Amino acid sequence: MPSMTEAVPLPWVLTLAGALFCVGLFGALSRRNTVGILLGIELMLNAVNINLVAFWRYLEPNVVAGQTFALFVITVAAAEAAIGLAMIIAIYRARQTVNADEVDSLRG
Amino acid sequence: MNTLITILFLVFAVFILAAAIMTVTVKNIVHAALWLISSFFGVGALYLLMEAEFLGVAQVLIYVGAVSILILFAIMLTRDLEGSQNRQLTPRWWIALIVPAALFGVLIVPTVMTHAWQLPPPPAGQPPTISSAQQIGTAFMREYLLPFEVAAILLLVAMIGAIVVAFEEREQRRRVLTLAEQVRLRRQRQQQQVATLPEPVVSAVQPSEATSGEM
Repeated sequence: MPSMTEAVPLPWVLTLAGALFCVGLFGALSRRNTVGILLGIELMLNAVNINLVAFWRYLEPNVVAGQTFALFVITVAAAEAAIGLAMIIAIYRARQTVNADEVDSLRG
Repeated sequence: MNTLITILFLVFAVFILAAAIMTVTVKNIVHAALWLISSFFGVGALYLLMEAEFLGVAQVLIYVGAVSILILFAIMLTRDLEGSQNRQLTPRWWIALIVPAALFGVLIVPTVMTHAWQLPPPPAGQPPTISSAQQIGTAFMREYLLPFEVAAILLLVAMIGAIVVAFEEREQRRRVLTLAEQVRLRRQRQQQQVATLPEPVVSAVQPSEATSGEM
């Protein structure tokens, strides 16, 4: 019975998740468009989920806790996306822009 | 068979990373959202490869089906047609490049590669037991019932909050600006800015006023 645990070592999967997290972090830090920042955050949440599933599969495959936690992360990510996009729409309505560096009313 | 799985993993990994890099670097924000969707698909395939079939399906349903549609709608509603040709990255984007690169090269890779993972030994004879979708359902109805309910309330609160934040009173409702109106509005604001130099710009000119003023 071939399985992923024999074919692919765990550090490879974790490195992939780390690389995806860093790409998402770069996107969240470097984009001017607020929607682009949100896209970066979604990538980071996906990287965290890959990590959770990898640890579940390699370390504790007969316990459901790993998958359950990943599902909760997906739920929170969906709620976060809905709230974040509603806020972006509200900001756009008030200021006709979605660029993060033009929304600087609180700048000292 | 093992080499096939290794090759599949490498293909998925390259696909996910390439789509993610396109997401954060491509100029057009709609294209970025489409690249993000393909990255989500790759992650779902990776879940299937790791035998988390329920999570793979949930990934496709929630991320590819719901979150991406939300993002595309938000882009459509807030699209600044004039600004889409401008630069998309912050002026000091290279600092934003150094931080994740350092995080990856200095912290993540050495830690992951040098840590002694205590993997459970492969069971001889019978295949290892992997928790299935049925067990996840049972767990949600038994030991994770309270977190499950809390997640449901969180989703409800998020839904109400999104409606409250994005809701618009009927009197204040404006129609969507066309490109010509956007350009005119932008030009007016710039002229105002030049006319009243040190004063902070009071923006949000109603488009109806803007058009009637011209006529």
